[in-house]
Amino acid sequence: MENSFFVDSEKLSPAALEKKHRLENDPSSRTNHMEYMEGMEVIQSDICEKVMSQVKAYDYSQYTARDVLAALEHETCSIEDFKALLSPAAEPFLERMAQRARIETGKHFGNTVYLFTPLYIANYCENYCVYCGFNCYNDIRRMKLSMEQIDKEMKIIADSGMEEILILTGESRGKSSVEYIGEACKLARKYFRMVGLEIYPVNTDEYRYLHECGADYVTVFQETYNTDKYETLHLMGHKRVWPYRFDAQERALMGGMRGVAFSALLGLSDFRKDALASALHVYFLQRKYPHAEMSLSCPRLRPIINNDKINPLDVHETQLCQVLCAYRIFLPFVGITVSSRESESFRNGIVKIAATKISAGVSTGIGDHESKYSGKESDSAEGDEQFEISDARSFDRMYKDMSEEGLQPVLNDYLYV
Amino acid sequence: MKQDDKLVLGGKEFTSRFILGSGKYSLSLIEAAVRDAGAEIITLAVRRANTKEHENILDYIPEGITLLPNTSGARNADEAVRIARLARELGCGDFVKVEIMRDSKYLLPDNNETVKATEILAKEGFVVLPYMYPDLYAARDLVNAGASAVMPLASPIGSNKGLATKEFIQILIDEIELPIIVDAGIGRPSQACEAMEMGASAIMANTALATAGDLQLMAGAFKSAIEAGRKAYLAKPGRVLTRGASASDPLTGFLRN
Repeated sequence: MENSFFVDSEKLSPAALEKKHRLENDPSSRTNHMEYMEGMEVIQSDICEKVMSQVKAYDYSQYTARDVLAALEHETCSIEDFKALLSPAAEPFLERMAQRARIETGKHFGNTVYLFTPLYIANYCENYCVYCGFNCYNDIRRMKLSMEQIDKEMKIIADSGMEEILILTGESRGKSSVEYIGEACKLARKYFRMVGLEIYPVNTDEYRYLHECGADYVTVFQETYNTDKYETLHLMGHKRVWPYRFDAQERALMGGMRGVAFSALLGLSDFRKDALASALHVYFLQRKYPHAEMSLSCPRLRPIINNDKINPLDVHETQLCQVLCAYRIFLPFVGITVSSRESESFRNGIVKIAATKISAGVSTGIGDHESKYSGKESDSAEGDEQFEISDARSFDRMYKDMSEEGLQPVLNDYLYV
Repeated sequence: MKQDDKLVLGGKEFTSRFILGSGKYSLSLIEAAVRDAGAEIITLAVRRANTKEHENILDYIPEGITLLPNTSGARNADEAVRIARLARELGCGDFVKVEIMRDSKYLLPDNNETVKATEILAKEGFVVLPYMYPDLYAARDLVNAGASAVMPLASPIGSNKGLATKEFIQILIDEIELPIIVDAGIGRPSQACEAMEMGASAIMANTALATAGDLQLMAGAFKSAIEAGRKAYLAKPGRVLTRGASASDPLTGFLRN
C-alpha cells in the first residue's frame, strides 16, 4: 500500500497543470535533488557520511530476540543495541523497552513535561511536496500575517499562559523573507521566554541574524533520509535539495543557536531506517557540538485539505511507541516532542514513558488564534491549515490533564543569554 | 551532637547539612525536603524561575529558607555571571551556585570557566558556591578566587551512583580549608552518610529524593544518614584495616630497654 498524493485543483491553468503532471510523471523534468542551488551555503562536514553509511548498512531483519534482550541489559546503549531496539524483533519486548525508557526519562528530566505552542505566521510556499497541505499546487487560502497581526496573535497566546513559542512559516523566501521572520522573532521576545523557529533552511549568517533577533532553537525536519524516496516526494522548489536540508542544524549551531531539533516524517519511507537516521543525526552532531541542546520529534503523516486519505501506512501507534522508546534508551539526554497530530490518549501515555514536550492550544492555520481560543467569530481573513491535528486540547486543559496524570507541567526552563 | 556544630557559608550559620538540589522540582519535593529532611537551603535554577505567574517556584519556597540560585544553562563564565546578576535582580539574595556546563549529555562542570566566574562574582559580593569536578588544582584556584565553599561531584548528575570520585573528594576535604559540599550523584542515604564520615560539610541531593518510591520516607532517611555521618566524623572513627587482622598483644611487646 502506498499513499496516493496527487490532487489536481480546478483552479490551475492548463499550463500549470501540464507542468505539475510533468513533474509528477517524468523524473527527467525534475532538477537534481543532490545538487545545491544558487545561494545555498556549502559547509565542510563529515556528519552526513557518518549517518548515511550506518543507515545504508542497516538490515533490521537480521536482529533477533537475543540481540534485543542484550541491548536492554547494557547500561549504555550502543549504536548496534539501538539498531536491535528498532528492529521488528524488538516488538514483543515493547513493554520492557517502555519500562527502561521511563527510568531513563526520569533520570534526565524527572517528572516534568514541557508545554509550548506553534504559531504559523504565513503559509505561502514555493515547493511542491506532494504530502503537504501548503504545497504550491494545493488550492488553499494563502495568508501572511502583518507585524500588527502577529503581535495580536502572540498577545492572545501569551495571555493564555504559554511561555514558549515555535514560529513557523511555509517555505517561501519571496513571501516570508529572513528579515520578516527576524522581525517576528523580535516581537516574540516581548511575549515569550523562549522562541523557536521552524522555517525553511537558511545559511549560517542568516541563522546568526535570527539568533540575534531572539530565536534560540531551530527545528528542521528532514522528512525522509532516503534520498531516492525524497526525490519522488519533493518535486520542485528549494526543499528539493536534500543535502542542504541535512546540514541545516549544523549551520544553525554554527550561527549560535542554543539548540536544534530533528525528525523524519514517519510514513513517507521505511520508518525503521528513517528513525535510525534521525537518531544518528542527533548522536553524531552532539559529539561534534557537545554544548548544544538537541531534541527529536516523531510526526506521522496526516490528512491535508483536499486529500483526506493520507495516512502513515505501517507506522501504527505500536511502532511509533517502539521508535520513541528506542530513541529514549539510545539518547537519554535529548528532548522528545510529540505533535498534536497524535491522539489525546497516545500523548497522555507517551509523556509518562519517553516524551518530554508537547504542544497545546494548537492551530496549524494562519491568523485564527482569536477564533480558536475565544470562540469569537473572526472579522478578518484566515489562512488554511498545513495538516489536520488530532489532539486539540487548549493550554488550560492540557495543563490540568498533565497535572492529573501526575506530571509537573513546565512552561519555561530557559534563559536567553 | 554539639550545639555549636554549624555549617557556615558566607557568614551565615545553618544547622542542617542537607541541601536540596534543583533538577527535578515539584511542590511535594520541596515540602518533603524542608519538613522531613530538614533542609534550610534550597537551590533554584534561575532559568526555571524565569517564568510568569502560572507556576513560579519562588512562590513555593517556605519562609526562613535560604535560596541558592544556580546558573544552570550557562555555557561559559560570562553567561554564568549574567545569570547570577539576574538572580540578584529577581530577589534571590546573594548566594549563588555557579554551574557551567559545555556538555549536554553528561552535564559535567567546566572547572576553568567556573574559576573565572567565581572570581568575578566573589568580587561583586556574591557568596559563591561553585559546582566542580573534584580536581585539587581547580579547588585551590576556587579558594583563591573567593569561593565560600567547594562543591565536588560524587558521580554524574542524576545517576544515583554514589561516591565514584571518593578518593579525590577525600583529597579536597584534607587539603581545602573551605566547606566541601558533595553534590551530584548521591543516590542513597548510605552514600550520603559515608561522605559525611569522610569529613564533607554537607550533602546536596535531588534525584535521590525525587525518584524515590516514598518521597517523605526517603527525605527522613537522608536526614538521619547525614546526621549519623556527621556524628561519626566528629567522633573520629576508629581505623579500618585494609588487610590482615590486628593482634591485641603488640608484636613488639617483648622489647626491653
